[in-house]
Amino acid sequence: MSAIGTSGADEAHPLLGKPVRRIEDRALLMGRGRYVDDLPVDRRTLHAHIVRSPHAHAIIARIDAAPALACAGIHAVITGEDVRRLTDPFLVAVKERIPQWALAVGRVRYVGEPVALVLADNRYLAEDAAELIAVEYEPLPAVVDARAALATGAPLIHEEAGTNELSVRRFIYGDPDGAFAAADARVSTDIAYPRNSFTPIECFVVVAEYDIADDSYDAIANFQGPFSIHPVMARALRVPGTRLRLRTPADSGGSFGTKLAVFPHIVLMCIASRIAGRPVKWVEDRLEHLQAASTGPARIATAEAAVTREGRILALRFDAIEDYGAFLRAPMPGPLYRMHGASTGAYDVAHLAVTNRVVLTNTMPAGLIRGFGGPQHYLALERLVQRIAAELNLDPLDVIRRNLVRDFPYRAAAGALYDSGDYARAVETAIGDGRLASLRQRQKEARAAGRPFGIGFAAVVEPGLSNMGYLSTLLTAEARERAGPKNGAVSLATVAIDPLGAVAVSADVPVEGQGHATVLAQIVADELGLSVEDVRVNLEIDTAKDAWSIASGTYSSRFAPGTAVAAHLAARRMRDRLAAIAAKQLNVLRDDIEFAGGKVRSRGNPDNALSFARVAGTAHWSPVLLPDDVPPSLRETASWSPPELEPPSPDDRINTSLTYGFVFDFCGVEIDPATFTARVDRYVTMHDAGRLINPMLADGQVRGAFVQGLAAALFEEFVYDENGAFLSGTFADYLVPTASEVPPLEILHIHSPSPLTPLGAKGLAEGNCMSVPACIANAIADALGIADVNLPATPKRLHALMAGPERPA
Amino acid sequence: MRRVKSDERAQIRLTLNGRAVLGLAEPRMLLSDFLREVLGATGTHVGCEHGVCGCCTVLIDGIACRSCLVFAVQAEGRSVATVESLAATDGTLNRLQRAFREHHALQCGFCTPGILMSFTDYLGRNQAPSEAQLRDVLSGHLCRCTGYDGIMRAVIDAAGPKSEDP
Repeated sequence: MSAIGTSGADEAHPLLGKPVRRIEDRALLMGRGRYVDDLPVDRRTLHAHIVRSPHAHAIIARIDAAPALACAGIHAVITGEDVRRLTDPFLVAVKERIPQWALAVGRVRYVGEPVALVLADNRYLAEDAAELIAVEYEPLPAVVDARAALATGAPLIHEEAGTNELSVRRFIYGDPDGAFAAADARVSTDIAYPRNSFTPIECFVVVAEYDIADDSYDAIANFQGPFSIHPVMARALRVPGTRLRLRTPADSGGSFGTKLAVFPHIVLMCIASRIAGRPVKWVEDRLEHLQAASTGPARIATAEAAVTREGRILALRFDAIEDYGAFLRAPMPGPLYRMHGASTGAYDVAHLAVTNRVVLTNTMPAGLIRGFGGPQHYLALERLVQRIAAELNLDPLDVIRRNLVRDFPYRAAAGALYDSGDYARAVETAIGDGRLASLRQRQKEARAAGRPFGIGFAAVVEPGLSNMGYLSTLLTAEARERAGPKNGAVSLATVAIDPLGAVAVSADVPVEGQGHATVLAQIVADELGLSVEDVRVNLEIDTAKDAWSIASGTYSSRFAPGTAVAAHLAARRMRDRLAAIAAKQLNVLRDDIEFAGGKVRSRGNPDNALSFARVAGTAHWSPVLLPDDVPPSLRETASWSPPELEPPSPDDRINTSLTYGFVFDFCGVEIDPATFTARVDRYVTMHDAGRLINPMLADGQVRGAFVQGLAAALFEEFVYDENGAFLSGTFADYLVPTASEVPPLEILHIHSPSPLTPLGAKGLAEGNCMSVPACIANAIADALGIADVNLPATPKRLHALMAGPERPA
Repeated sequence: MRRVKSDERAQIRLTLNGRAVLGLAEPRMLLSDFLREVLGATGTHVGCEHGVCGCCTVLIDGIACRSCLVFAVQAEGRSVATVESLAATDGTLNRLQRAFREHHALQCGFCTPGILMSFTDYLGRNQAPSEAQLRDVLSGHLCRCTGYDGIMRAVIDAAGPKSEDP
């Protein structure tokens, strides 16, 4: 499977590149995880239940909570008026007035929008009382389709904004019009990417307490970051950031981006605690999660290419309408801009035009979802590449080959700096060893037997560690100038050594399940000559005490190129400090010191050694004996802020991420002519994510992302009817793939280390969320010989394509 | 038959992981909530409360059940086993648990207790299951992190002939 090559451990780094088994697993396997809902709470804690809107769009005429308040065990009912009185609206990224509070104020704008909060002795009582709350609604016309929302006379989601189109920006790089005018041919395709999310099995949980003595809030929640949202919450609560202490738990039951959207509920529970004078706990249930937690934005896009007869792409145009639901929740509209610098994908294309439109509808607000703009963008780009091949009668693989970026580093038209890679080799390695040939053979056999069978390809550049300035590309250069430049991404990690020589690590990544504690232990142990078991990692975040920045959080594949580097730097500094201490005691030069097997020793004379604990202990027990230049502290917080993450240039070029990995996929899809089920026959995915610090965990991320991509391609969609009623409120309606739906996956790697980070590791956790929907859609297009493939390609949709209109018998 | 009024809390006695336990519950309280909130057995997780995700699976008299689809009162007098029962008291993981760790069969770990309990039941009753049978059992559970591959490898390993214990 994994090639070793540059991924492998070497003498200097015995633990990097090793498939170290996870230190997280024992507790989780024993049922001793510590998820938020497992933690003990104060005896006075009240339990909250949210009353939600049954309407897609309505005026709230009146709320009568008196019958609920009369029930025993009910302590308070909180409404939008309370929230308006005690908080400010959440900050948003556009200037239009679209105020959003933690509860609906005056009007509801999607089914499931929180309208009131009941606080009771327990959840059962709260839900009983909720049924007694009378909310009078005056229904309004709703709009759920983004194109319809743009039409003249469409219902306005936010009347104060005066439009449902919150932002339009047009970008030109090079001379796309000239290239289109001169091209042999123009090819275009339309795509519609559905609303979906990856629904972690643990829903949102918040416990919050207001401290009246110093006007401060203390909340623990399974929030995933980014912590740029902490100022958003503090502003809403009208307190300085130091008076909103936010903590995250030791364990979290998955997130995949979704648990950003816990933040409005954190503010809501903070306010509820303030009103009730007691701590408040809320556990989201599955219906709440499906109908109102968060969705990836739906995108309608047209992609167009100017091409030569041979399939060389001279210019690209993208026109995207992205549906963000009823509100623009921070940091939206990130998905429209996260890929921006890399809009040309894996292809060397100098001329580019992009139009981005942000639209609101009466549906649940969009948020972070794994892939974050990549699935939407690559569905357009990779479907376009397949259409180029179909229209020019070329092999799609040849069109890919003809256009791949070949020289690195490479500055893409819209500003991304592709740090390293060997795309051509990745493609040839993936199809080699008969992999593609045998798939073509299976296709031949299936087609000979009359079964539709297609082969799809997708080539994807995968960003890692986002530039915190990319969202400002949304603004014009002049507006950016006025607001002050935004850029960079700070990663933070701390290494501390105690008086007995035990090593502790903390870092700015809340736990979501990736195994970051194991990787951090590998990195730090590797540097200090220890074993993984010698290093204790604690990733419970406490914003009141831990080092964090606006970039902190577990998202956008920032761990390997970001936090992992910070941990490496902190460990390296600690090593230098210990080497100085040991050199003095061993009477050797500092350069002669090495760390191995729990010893600090002379490289030239390994018998001249001290135990690691003894050297570390010196700083605690005998600080007077330290060399003059060594501070008497064994706690080191390192920051990592790569200079390549510059702000957008005046001509709107933006290096959206630090590292750019490469993913090349191909697959076969067979469509059952009786059931109209698309079955993925086999799937091959090739990754170049630079150095893999733990190849076992890397493949775990690839497999998880693959099945999520499969889900987006074939199964999962949040469905609304034309009136905005929500139709996907259970796991029997919103179909998550089970083990039976997952086809065989072959994973391959090559390794082009990033020259921009000391570890050479790139982000890799999102690539297949980006590539798989496009690759499967291309295979379906090939199987059926069709130009438009709507996702998810459910049996119902495929039936409509294959069977045509129903005829009377 | 024992009768309990809808708004009364009744004392429920059952055996949890081999020990006699008791606690108060209204008739409508779910077994999943009773285990977690009354008995403190938080290893059992709640993922959907409509019987699809499989996360809350426990054994009742040895048979795997969704504890979100069972009322606490229905467990009166029964023997309930949860994920907390699997490892030895000294913390040694059992064969199935070890296989999960070895094959990277978990990431966030939230669905894991339910899957472990389903296979504890199934492998206890089926000596040499086929891969297809194991996949069928696993398809009763939703996992969003792993893509199921590591879990399949773990249960195939745990179902196979015993190699010498470490």
